[in-house]
Amino acid sequence: MKETAQIDIEDLSVWFPLYHGSARSLKKMALAAATGRLGRDRREHVVVRALRDVNLTLTAGDRLGLVGANGAGKTTLLRALAGIYEPVAGRIRVQGSLNALLDASLGMNMELTGRENILLRGLYAGLSKPDLVRLEDDVAEFAELSDFIDLPVRIYSTGMVVRLGFAMATAIKPQILLMDEWILAGDAAFMERARVRLETMVRSAEILVLSTHMTTIIQDWCTRVLWLDQGHVRADGPAAEVLEQYIGKPLPAPAPADALT
Amino acid sequence: MSTALSPVSQQSHLELHGRMSFATRHYWAISDLVGGLRLWRLGLTLGWLDIRLRYRGSMLGPFWLTISTAVMVAALGFLYSELFKLDVAGYLPFLALSQVLWGFLASMVSEACTTFTEPEAVIRSTRMPFTVFSIRILVRNALALAHNVVVIVVVFMIFRMWPGWHLLLALPGLAIWTIDSLALTLLLGAFCARFRDIQPIVNSIMQIGFFVTPVIWKPDQLSPRATALMPLNPFYDLLEVVRGPILNSGMSHMTWVGALGYSLLLCLISWSFFVYARGRITFWV
Repeated sequence: MKETAQIDIEDLSVWFPLYHGSARSLKKMALAAATGRLGRDRREHVVVRALRDVNLTLTAGDRLGLVGANGAGKTTLLRALAGIYEPVAGRIRVQGSLNALLDASLGMNMELTGRENILLRGLYAGLSKPDLVRLEDDVAEFAELSDFIDLPVRIYSTGMVVRLGFAMATAIKPQILLMDEWILAGDAAFMERARVRLETMVRSAEILVLSTHMTTIIQDWCTRVLWLDQGHVRADGPAAEVLEQYIGKPLPAPAPADALT
Repeated sequence: MSTALSPVSQQSHLELHGRMSFATRHYWAISDLVGGLRLWRLGLTLGWLDIRLRYRGSMLGPFWLTISTAVMVAALGFLYSELFKLDVAGYLPFLALSQVLWGFLASMVSEACTTFTEPEAVIRSTRMPFTVFSIRILVRNALALAHNVVVIVVVFMIFRMWPGWHLLLALPGLAIWTIDSLALTLLLGAFCARFRDIQPIVNSIMQIGFFVTPVIWKPDQLSPRATALMPLNPFYDLLEVVRGPILNSGMSHMTWVGALGYSLLLCLISWSFFVYARGRITFWV
């Protein structure tokens, strides 16, 4: 049943309609229709072209880093890969189980207990009953919640919330792993255990797509870099090459010996 | 520590095009529906947690639903039986039943409007069948209804009314309600995400619906001519397919025709809109 992971993107474009204030309201639509301005109103919708004609093919073993300024379309590309934003034009083909770590709070409800949050996360992932139990054990052990697991997350310390969120996000191992940089945030302070756990997940994924501003992480983890600029692909190629173009100067140090891949 | 838990709900094959054909759009809408039903345990849990969270910290919990309905039915019952000069023993069971059933319909319609805007964070962070959120709203309201049914049972017992085995004829009515509820959440959920001022309009319509439908007044208070026109009121038909069998009030065939007709219409509109809008909902919420 398990096939090798593969991603094909052809001429992908994603546009965001911006329904400014009243442009979104029925009143304006109705008025526009009554005065025969509907067509014009339609064309006047402000549209943000978040991705424009992106082409990309990834096969098993690829570790892709996404770089670019804020608003260049990195997160949009991750969401499009995850099937959240459907393309306006072009084509996406994704083969393989996929997990997107885009938002730390997915399924995290502060009012629910730790156990309930873990259960929900498992259900969102469509896990079977025995797997739900394993998920709970795994997350509870890693997050070191002990007795707090049956108390609302609202009363947890900040550290516990971070540990719980991280443990849930990294408990399920997909073939294709999409990561936004939140998961690396506070990396310096991050426990060694967490780093090991994250690296295990990254290593076991067949395809990694990682969006970050931290070039050292990309140097460590990625073999290939895609540079996005205002929704366009500015450069795509071997990590070191594209990173040098992106930073505009030679890379500081060679990748350390313990680098992944 | 670890495991090889791997996500199964996410399609392992995903192929999306910018310009989708009619058939492809239908394919995706159907797979959304199937995927949502397959994740029924998620929908069930979400709906149940919604009810629990609403009454978090209160001692009686969701039974506040039962109590507030009981208080309302008792107060209205005595007031209106006096106003309408009706026998309390005949009126109160009717009112309890009508009020509880209408309460379900009204809150279902109202909450359908926020089916997709409520879980916007989830919609934007993972690909999830939209039907999951429809099931959640249905479960949430069905649980509230179940708590209120206690009021009906108690009132019926006090007045020693036993509806008889006709009661079972309410089951097809409840089946229609289930299907209509899901259709409604898909339609209103998507439509209200796009146009934010639909919800107040919907609530006003339900307000009018409450008064033109025999909920607090009895249908036999109308003239025979007006009674014949009642099946034109979709709220009446839908309320009556469940209420009629319980009260054994001798429903006309027109009521069934109306209920089925309006339901079919709702499902058709809902499906067409969902097929068209499904891929866009994420951009709207």
